[in-house]
Amino acid sequence: MTDWLSRHVPKIVLAPTFFAVLLFVYGFIAWTAWVSLTRSKLMPRYEIDGLIQYDRLFSNPRWDTAFNNLFIFGALFIIISMVLGLMLAIFLDQKIRIEGALRTIYLYPMALSMIVTGTAWKWILNPGLGIQAMVQGWGFPNFKFDWLIDPKMALYTIVLAAIWQASGFVMALFLAGLRSVDGEIIKAAQVDGIPTWRVYTAIIIPSMAPIFLSAFIVLAHLAIKSFDLVIALTGGGPGYATDLPATYMYAMAFSRGDLGQAASSAMVMMGVVFAIVVPYLYSELRAKHD
Amino acid sequence: MTDMPLTRSSGSLIGRRVLRWALYAMLCVFALYYLLPLFVMVTTSLKSLEEIRTGSLVALPREITFDAWSKAWSGACTGIQCEGLKPFFWNSILISVPGVLISTLIGAMNGYVFAQWRFKGANLFFAFLLFGCFIPFQVVLLPMARMLGIFGMAGTIPGLIFVHTIYGLGFTTLFFRNYYVTIPHELVRAAKIDGAGFFRIFWSIFLPLSLPICVVTIIWQFTQIWNDFLFGVSFSSAGSQPVTVALNNIVNSTTGVKEYNVDMAAAIIAGLPTLLVYIVAGKYFIRGLTAGSVKG
Repeated sequence: MTDWLSRHVPKIVLAPTFFAVLLFVYGFIAWTAWVSLTRSKLMPRYEIDGLIQYDRLFSNPRWDTAFNNLFIFGALFIIISMVLGLMLAIFLDQKIRIEGALRTIYLYPMALSMIVTGTAWKWILNPGLGIQAMVQGWGFPNFKFDWLIDPKMALYTIVLAAIWQASGFVMALFLAGLRSVDGEIIKAAQVDGIPTWRVYTAIIIPSMAPIFLSAFIVLAHLAIKSFDLVIALTGGGPGYATDLPATYMYAMAFSRGDLGQAASSAMVMMGVVFAIVVPYLYSELRAKHD
Repeated sequence: MTDMPLTRSSGSLIGRRVLRWALYAMLCVFALYYLLPLFVMVTTSLKSLEEIRTGSLVALPREITFDAWSKAWSGACTGIQCEGLKPFFWNSILISVPGVLISTLIGAMNGYVFAQWRFKGANLFFAFLLFGCFIPFQVVLLPMARMLGIFGMAGTIPGLIFVHTIYGLGFTTLFFRNYYVTIPHELVRAAKIDGAGFFRIFWSIFLPLSLPICVVTIIWQFTQIWNDFLFGVSFSSAGSQPVTVALNNIVNSTTGVKEYNVDMAAAIIAGLPTLLVYIVAGKYFIRGLTAGSVKG
């Protein structure tokens, strides 16, 4: 008996996690998938009724805006964070005397909640009291920076705040990558008189491909989950101009009482995440097996 | 700058010096971009409303007053309740401390099994667990709300601890597994020959080696749980709301005069714990985290 027990202890230790994940991740996904196929309103109903919720979803102009916003926001957020992060990492890699202090400054936004960050940015971007008022006060009465309340531009204020929050983390990833490149190769190249910018573009950056991938996955995942920042900064407005799928889902679930719509929008979000993450995890896990 | 190296090698001394200055100038400009919100938050929170209306965004306060801070802490209204952030700050502590400890402990045991006690099917399970880390939480929000309701945990602090523990397990397990994998397997084999069992080996060999990864996991979980808004706003009721939800309610409440200084003070209070943790232990966190992702 004790022998049996000691042989199976590892499995027994994992069992609670196993069942928790099975139920609270996969079971719950199945539940949401099921409800997304029904006519559930305020209360869930379990009679399957085909793809009606998805039809409603894709013909809803609000969802259309939210989904388009996700791609505009996601693309800008990912590309600019990566470019900025890489640039700052390369700059910091030039034997900067105050590197430690600068690194801390670039990174601290990551420690803060999006709700805190959004509150601060909302204040800075407030046309009546923030940057616009400040520059006008400097003697430029025609200066305008009212993106926050401009339906066409409000989404870009969210991009601005999101980049502020995440680019330091990307910088840290790239900096660690730069430091892990073999110093001998770099020294040899420099002895041969190859200019530093060539050393970066030809040797260092190409060898960091896996870090680009990691950074991309982290940022894409953050972009799709973005919810707090929108709530804090614009609340989805003006109108629905800055809605994202995450805020659409929340509105349907908790203020509209439309569970079917909430479930179908959540399933589409999951589809987007998995389209990005599954190939990545698959290659990661395979690589570790080999 | 095709022929201009950033550092050393050829190029005139003056050219190099100019470049060096440009480099520092760039870095400082970006430092200002990252510091601006913090600066504005702190200065605004120390100004009177009158000074905010008449002064400039980046002006230093003429007269420093802590009124906004005391109001944010114990008097600001979140909807109908006017007790400031204090009770919610306490809620956040009550949620995050057990949440962090339980998920870290379970993660450590799980990671230990995955790294050192592999069995048939363990890799498959690990893959399933990893996929679970990446789901958007929107997909579990509805069933979780119903389940918490059924078990009478809706709107309670234990309910939120439970939710955070469950969805934190993937990451805590991953951190510990990746760390324990680097510990040679011979250590376990030798201990087994000496008659040590599963738990004995964990307590006396693995746990003492775990300080660096514990730091990473605890900081990660603490920031995740403290900063959470989605679960807090979905699953809490008036008495159990975390500080992020209360902050959002203060800032977006529509009644009365908008008190920007109170908003800013409240935002700083809500952000302070994670900021402090980051400033005190952030170095170890980044080191551990980047080591993992760079290797991966």
